[in-house]
Amino acid sequence: MLYIKCPHCGLRPQTEFSYGGDATVKRPELNKEVSDQDWDNFVYLRKSPRGKHLELWQHISGCRQWIKVERDTLTHEIFTTLKANENI
Amino acid sequence: MSENFRLDKGGLINRDKKISFTFNGKKYFGYEGDTLASALLANGVHLVGRSFKYHRPRGFFGAGVDEPYAIVQMNRNNEVDPNVRATEQELFEGLEAKSVNCWPNVDFDIGAINNFLNKFFPAGFYYKTFMWPKSFWYKIYEPIIRKAAGFGSASIKHDKERYEHKYEYCDLLIAGSGPSGLASAYSAAQNGARVILAEDKSRFGGSLLTSEVTIGNQNGKEWAEKIISELKSMPNVVVKNRSQVFGYYDHNMLVMSERVSDHLPKTDKYIPKQRLWYIRAKEVVISSGSIERPLVFGNNDAPGVMLSSAAKEYLKVYGVIVGKKPIIFTNNDSGYETAIEFKKNGIDPIILDTRKEANSEIIKEAKELNINIKFSYVVVAAKGYKKVHSADIAKISDDKKNISNIENIKCDCICVSGFWTPTIHLASQSGNKTKFNEEIDAFIPSQSKQKETTLGAANGVFTLEETLKTSFEKGSELSKQITNKENKVSVPTVIEKKSSNHDKFWCVPLPEGKNYKRFLDFQNDVAVSDIELALREGYRSIEHVKRYTTLGMATDQGRTSNLNGLQLVSDIENKVVPQVGHTTFRPPYSPVSIGAIVGREIGKHSKPTRKSPMHNWHEKNNAVFVDAGVWLRPRYYKKGNENLFEASKREAKNVRQNVGVCDVTTLGKIDIKGPDAAEFLNRVYTNAWLKLPVGKARYGVMLREDGIVMDDGTTTRISENHYHMTTTTAQAANVLSHLEYYLQLVWPELNVNVVSSTEQWAGAAIAGPKSREVLKKLFPDLDVSSDGLPFMGYVEGNLFGVNAKIFRISFSGELAYEVNVESDYGNFMWEKIMEIGEEFNIQPYGTEALSTLRIEMGHVAGSELDGRTIPYDNSLEGLVSKKKDFIGKRSLSKSAYVAEDRQKVVGVVPLDKKTSIPEGSYIVKDAKAKLPNPKLGHVSASCWSVEYDNPFSLAIIKDGKNMIGQKLFAMSPLKNKTIPVEIVSSHYVDPKGERVRS
Repeated sequence: MLYIKCPHCGLRPQTEFSYGGDATVKRPELNKEVSDQDWDNFVYLRKSPRGKHLELWQHISGCRQWIKVERDTLTHEIFTTLKANENI
Repeated sequence: MSENFRLDKGGLINRDKKISFTFNGKKYFGYEGDTLASALLANGVHLVGRSFKYHRPRGFFGAGVDEPYAIVQMNRNNEVDPNVRATEQELFEGLEAKSVNCWPNVDFDIGAINNFLNKFFPAGFYYKTFMWPKSFWYKIYEPIIRKAAGFGSASIKHDKERYEHKYEYCDLLIAGSGPSGLASAYSAAQNGARVILAEDKSRFGGSLLTSEVTIGNQNGKEWAEKIISELKSMPNVVVKNRSQVFGYYDHNMLVMSERVSDHLPKTDKYIPKQRLWYIRAKEVVISSGSIERPLVFGNNDAPGVMLSSAAKEYLKVYGVIVGKKPIIFTNNDSGYETAIEFKKNGIDPIILDTRKEANSEIIKEAKELNINIKFSYVVVAAKGYKKVHSADIAKISDDKKNISNIENIKCDCICVSGFWTPTIHLASQSGNKTKFNEEIDAFIPSQSKQKETTLGAANGVFTLEETLKTSFEKGSELSKQITNKENKVSVPTVIEKKSSNHDKFWCVPLPEGKNYKRFLDFQNDVAVSDIELALREGYRSIEHVKRYTTLGMATDQGRTSNLNGLQLVSDIENKVVPQVGHTTFRPPYSPVSIGAIVGREIGKHSKPTRKSPMHNWHEKNNAVFVDAGVWLRPRYYKKGNENLFEASKREAKNVRQNVGVCDVTTLGKIDIKGPDAAEFLNRVYTNAWLKLPVGKARYGVMLREDGIVMDDGTTTRISENHYHMTTTTAQAANVLSHLEYYLQLVWPELNVNVVSSTEQWAGAAIAGPKSREVLKKLFPDLDVSSDGLPFMGYVEGNLFGVNAKIFRISFSGELAYEVNVESDYGNFMWEKIMEIGEEFNIQPYGTEALSTLRIEMGHVAGSELDGRTIPYDNSLEGLVSKKKDFIGKRSLSKSAYVAEDRQKVVGVVPLDKKTSIPEGSYIVKDAKAKLPNPKLGHVSASCWSVEYDNPFSLAIIKDGKNMIGQKLFAMSPLKNKTIPVEIVSSHYVDPKGERVRS
């Protein structure tokens, strides 16, 4: 079971979090023309890297903040965790 | 029956306390401190079971977790406990155990015919034999094989024993209390580290309990006792026996099972049977020791053949001699230690040493004791079916290829020692890249992935002196990094006998003309010939060989069989063991009760049941409850002998004619505040929200980004920057996360806060033509007329001194109001409504009537908003704004979503107006069409319309908009029904919606 350092609360077991997918996906801006291709990429296409992956988790049983976690998908090593508004 | 195999003195058992127990219905005696195995052996009982495949007689092979055979079924505390190792089960007064895998009994087992038919049961026989006909597998072959093979039968009753979970954090977790565990725990504890020391057995000390060594001025056992008592007195140390660390997971999370009460006659009240510990450790020390390796020879599975280390343990710990005419068959010095113990207790052993010659202090001692030692000798085959009575022994050539001078000698046990295998399971589970150590012919841990250190025999270190030295140092070093403290511990001097090198020989060749079974995996009946066959058939990868032959797959996880199996594959393939590699070690190291894994999360504890504040009232008024998500909701209120159908019809009818009240506390509620709240709602919902005035509610639909409807509900503007959102019961948690996602990550610039207020409010929906009359009397000060409180209006009121929120919203399609009060006043509100509503014939209604009311009104709910439908499918396209952007809008223009014949919700009425349509039925054009019959859609919800007194269903079907008036069929293959139906509008009752606005 992973041990995730919530940037707001500190180290907490994985059971307090829920997974939220790729953190590098950016939602197209509202009221802007978006091509079918770009929209499909945003909604459906995700990379499944072997190795480093920046992903979202929500501290659902804690502070309820969405956080970013840089994790190795192969070894589960967690390199860094960030607040929602921070970037690597 | 008297104990014939117990020494008069010696051992660590309590001879003052005699214990009686039964095995296979027969009564025996043992002593406190015995295991079931040691007590049976003391009584001369060697036959404990039958083997997995061939039903060959099974005895005892080990003395602890290494035991592959002696698995019994226990009756304890009126519960059945299968798959218990007799070598681990401690004796208690009245213990009842029986053999498994034999019928009618262990002595005469009909299944043993498999042994004589063994030519028909080679490796992979399941796959080869039972191929045809295919349908026979599930119905005939599998049940028979399952019955014939297995280790006991689980109870089908609810287990009333108590199991618990515990979460723990520590600086150092030390798995195993042998010399390396004790030394590392001691030095770490001295540095102030928080230490957990776990021992699988009941006694601490590991190999120190059976070895002849001196540490400082004490013998090994006394030294271990001293260290343990010191550790126990330290506040920073937790010492646990009967506790096995069985799994090493990510981020240094380990799981340990503690057998709290298994050694007692019954579980005391408030004490669990077993406890599962989840331990997050900063550092882990694996001091799990090593297990003796068997030597492979003919019939080496006969009862009476056992590990020499086990024989020594029975002698030294339990005062039990496993035989009176022992043969010690060894390729190293360990067998001599066992022989010496026999000799010291008046038994004359014969040592057969595979080595041509060897010299060491231990061998010298054996010679001085006049023990008969035969070098270059092997056991060719054990003789005896239910118990060894003799052995064919032979001289082996120097190249170990030929045997000669075969002779038969009498014996009653054969103690084998093929050197030692480090127990690397935990290290391997942690991700450690193990390496092969040529010197000891075994794998040891090498590069760590996690914070783990393996010490002592588990690391391939077999001298006590080095083990203690490195363990004291490592314990100190690891703890110093954490505590920044160092209290030097001096390493005591060690006196131990030096060993000579072991012989790499492990498998005795077959004599000419003989076809003995030579077993590698004792628990799964895998013999040398099975591996040879698998390789002949082309299996190369060790992982494939394992699965094809089942080598190392049983509950003992190949503890005694793995390396010999690898050795055999390497020999045949002309490779070396590291080239073959080992199979993956996976948790658990040894079987764990399902009960322990589940813990307290059984029955309703798997999720806490949530009850509304009015729950007790419902109960008192004969409510029949139904699970709604995590909530319990009244399904209907039973009157007299009514069934579900009659009661819900009565309740729904009363809503249409008079007035009903429904507990809607379970609806999700989210409090939304902030200056940008309106803008936020405008982006979340498909319809427009910027102009909603204060004191008004609005129905809204929210989508996922892929255009699928996520949830619906009403949101009310309480004040300028304050909104009250409701969600469906099931989606409440998801919707909150969804809102938080957009506020925190996508639009952080919006100044809005959201918080769940579901449990803060108790809600009652008052619905029906007379609901306004009820409301008038509940709130005499308020103007609740159609002008004063119009449809979708909101006011706050005073309910006999309690603040209430009143929403004029309707799910039933009738004139209706939802009244919310703070949860603590929920019951008060409910009773007031019932009291005041009495004169208007108010009746409570449950979820079944609620469904009926919404279905015949054509209001979509969870069964239509099923994660596969867009607004159009639910006839909600009128709520989709064309002007503004919102979550998921861009997806709605996808070609499939705008197709002309897109699916849409419709109403379905059976032509006979009598036959109810099962939910999930397919709608098809032609009931007699060839299969697969093209499906137009499915029936999502069904009810008995109380308005028209006939069945009515909702269905989502292709081109629904053009299907109204068509005569089709509803087919339910599951219920074997085909019903001719007519498609009608989904708004079956009051299509213009006049009632809600009345």
